[in-house]
Amino acid sequence: MHQVIVKLNMPEIRTAQPVLSIKDLRTYFHTADGIARAVDGVDYHVYPGETLGVVGESGCGKSVSALSILRLIAIPPGEIVSGKIQFENQNLLDLPMSKMREIRGNRISMIFQEPMSSLNPVFTIGYQLSKVFTLHQKLTQKEANQKSIEILAACEISSPERIMKTYPHELSGGMRQRAMISMALGCNPDVLIADEPTTALDVTIQAQIMDLILRLKDNFGMAMILITHDLGIVAKSAQRVVVMYAGEKVEETGVDRLFEKPSHPYTIALMKSLPVLGRKEKYLEEIKGVVPAPYREIAGCKFADRCSEMTTACHEKRPQLKEIETGHLVACIHR
Amino acid sequence: MLKFILRRLTWLIFVILGLCVITFILSRVVPGDPAELYLGPRPKPEQVEIVRTQLGLDKPQYIQFFYYLRDLSQGNLGESLRTHRPVVTGISDHLPATLELMFTAIVMALSLGIPIGVISAKKENTLIDHINRFFSVAGTSLPSFWLAMIFQIIFFRWLGIFPIGGRIDTIVGLLNPVEKMTGFIIPDALITGNWPALKDAAWHLILPSMTLAVYPTGVIARMTRSTMLEVLREDYITTARSLGISETEILFVQGLRNALVPTLTTAGLCFAFMLVGTFYIELIFFWPGIGKYVINAILLNDYPVIMGVTLLMAIFYVVVNLIVDILIAIVDPRIRLES
Amino acid sequence: MEKVAKKQNQEGRARELFRSMSLILNNPLTTFGLLVILALFIIAIFAPFLAPFPDQGQGHSNLDERLEPPTVKHPMGTDNLGRDILSRIFFGARISLKAAVVVVLILMSIGVPLGLIAGYFGGKIDEVIMRFADMILAFPSLLLAIAIVASLGPSLLNALIAIAISWWPWYTRLMRSQVISVKEMQFVESARAIGASRWRIMFRQILPNCLSPIIVQATIDMGYVILAIASLGFLGLGTQPPAADWGVMVSDGREYFMKQWWISTFSGGAIFLTVLAFNLTGDGIREALDPKIRWRFQKN
Repeated sequence: MHQVIVKLNMPEIRTAQPVLSIKDLRTYFHTADGIARAVDGVDYHVYPGETLGVVGESGCGKSVSALSILRLIAIPPGEIVSGKIQFENQNLLDLPMSKMREIRGNRISMIFQEPMSSLNPVFTIGYQLSKVFTLHQKLTQKEANQKSIEILAACEISSPERIMKTYPHELSGGMRQRAMISMALGCNPDVLIADEPTTALDVTIQAQIMDLILRLKDNFGMAMILITHDLGIVAKSAQRVVVMYAGEKVEETGVDRLFEKPSHPYTIALMKSLPVLGRKEKYLEEIKGVVPAPYREIAGCKFADRCSEMTTACHEKRPQLKEIETGHLVACIHR
Repeated sequence: MLKFILRRLTWLIFVILGLCVITFILSRVVPGDPAELYLGPRPKPEQVEIVRTQLGLDKPQYIQFFYYLRDLSQGNLGESLRTHRPVVTGISDHLPATLELMFTAIVMALSLGIPIGVISAKKENTLIDHINRFFSVAGTSLPSFWLAMIFQIIFFRWLGIFPIGGRIDTIVGLLNPVEKMTGFIIPDALITGNWPALKDAAWHLILPSMTLAVYPTGVIARMTRSTMLEVLREDYITTARSLGISETEILFVQGLRNALVPTLTTAGLCFAFMLVGTFYIELIFFWPGIGKYVINAILLNDYPVIMGVTLLMAIFYVVVNLIVDILIAIVDPRIRLES
Repeated sequence: MEKVAKKQNQEGRARELFRSMSLILNNPLTTFGLLVILALFIIAIFAPFLAPFPDQGQGHSNLDERLEPPTVKHPMGTDNLGRDILSRIFFGARISLKAAVVVVLILMSIGVPLGLIAGYFGGKIDEVIMRFADMILAFPSLLLAIAIVASLGPSLLNALIAIAISWWPWYTRLMRSQVISVKEMQFVESARAIGASRWRIMFRQILPNCLSPIIVQATIDMGYVILAIASLGFLGLGTQPPAADWGVMVSDGREYFMKQWWISTFSGGAIFLTVLAFNLTGDGIREALDPKIRWRFQKN
């Protein structure tokens, strides 16, 4: 049981080359309390047309890894210490910023968690949206406005002409997120990075927005890196999943396999803490202990102190990722 | 938007009324009998009585206040005790010079202060930032009269670049008289193509307006910097970057527009400083503006002039702040919603 | 149990205070400001002992040594009546600092309680107080002060009164906006929920949390008052001669300025240095007390 389950009507998803891959990425932050190793040697990649889920608790480094791809990390105090980010035969980390800006919003786009604070409050939606077109596609303002209206309609916004003239604070959360999606998708990027796209929205529209994103992704033929702490969303939307803990990748596999046979103790504990329809239990199992502070230097496995299978050997060396089955990687010495 | 303006205008009228009350009270606090002061030294008692009735000083205070308001609405601010010329005439004679000075200074302050603040915020904690911050604080700590004198000695006495003062060189002014079109020398000279006068007047304008601009530049730079620092940490800046927008545009368009509201508000408050600072600068640089008019009045205890100028300056200040309020409502759409 | 809580509270506060102080002193400019202020207070208090020519400092003329340039004997030169400028500046510090302390105390004692009441009770009381405050603040403050002194007659006392009258509403406005934002916070809700009386809430919960911007403003205003007194003095509207007011000294030196530059330069420089010190210190305190800015410091 190993293959990526193809959930969509797309032929040839699994081509040989990933469209975007990060290799041994290390992003650190210099703080008053020490160096926070937010991302500490992480690899993952995404193939054209596929959705890669990146899951983990708050603070595990998933968002930082995404921001590092587009080099949006604030350079002091942050620093992308080492690693490679391969996209179209280039290492994004080596590119001059001018070339990076050509890629942002154009070939690789990002949508963020908080639609209210992620839109500039003093400019109309139309101004912010048409910028994407005038900037990357060199259109005139009139042409850009036209395309903006088209993409707003594609994002299921009714009366897009009116919305062009409104300000972010005049819209509901769902509408704002649709506006942000339009901005990200306007130039038909190859990769979409979605950082907790529905977390800040009302429960009632979370599903709507997620469906919209998936549909647009198929229509545009994009790859997507979906960052979330919500395993439910991952189950519905992703083909492959990467599990992160304290800045490291601890497990990677196809989504069905992850739910059927989770391997890493952290993943298993995560699954156990989810409520499941039909299962009768009085208490949800919590994972005892807390995530270690990012500036603490820890020898060995970072999850060891909270792990039910811990042994002394766990504290000696950081566990390497092992392929226990084709396409299923785990970082645990006990597997 | 219109409702917003109307609301502010009604508030404006109320405030002006309050200003009139305060100035009225002040002018009644003056020691000495206004009638005697009006007549000058050693007045005869009968004359004093006549004048007292003339000025309405025998009536109760609230009636006097009513007369005061009536006079104001007719544009009558009383007469100078010294020259017996109407105060309004004195003010309108001296106002253009002051306005030219203040306008130039505020333009300088905004065009220098805002970019300094933005760049300082972008390069936080670097050497440039520290230098800017120090000069900004220093700028707001300088006594304007002292700075004026120091500038005078540096630029006139030692370097010989700028003239010691005055608005235009007497000889140049006589040889190239400027036709009065707007009442302001520089625009008039420009319109009528009077180049010698234009050059000379501009040259005279630089040093005083530079001196007047120091304080507002400092305040504006500080305010812009601290607001920009907060703005640059906002999520929408990250979004703008993620879309590939250039850093310059992010700083000066996406970011600055958000920082403009506190900056403009501060610039409006700065105006208070400038209104008074101009008195001192006009004094030191022999600039024939309101400052000269009112300082002479202060030295001679010419109360109608002092009160008249105070009231007018206060009204001017309130109007300027109203304009600032309208401007920021244009800049930031969220403000229009707030009651 | 309450004793333990109280002790923990005090320890926590002490730690916070210590942390704030070390942040303040971390900034070299703020430290510079504090040192200058300290020096000024020492000079002001001990002027009769520190000044080389104390009687000249207080106004006695010395016509033999008129208008002498800076020398070893008179490091800042002498003025038009032969008085040692350095000593005059020392005595001027007395006037300036006394004025600053007195006025700022008055500003706070009027402005802060009114702001607290206006912010806490809201409604009509708030409206009345704030309308009154807005009316005064509609005037440029120094202009109003000039008008008041011109009406009352020039003297140091009238100058102090004038500045106090023209500026106290700023504190009311500041305090009120702080109170309004603190009022809505959770811990006030909880205090109310457990039945604390209004006055207790006002003084124990709200007031302490509103004080930091007031302290910052008061520090900066010490400088503002000194500048205002000097500006009034320059126009002859404040301290009267022969008192050694810095502003008056600058004005006195004006007619001699091109040749005998030292009279106005040093006295004006004293004003500048003093105001700068208070501004720098006020800024430093603001950065140390403002949690947002502190977080920025700590991240680096």
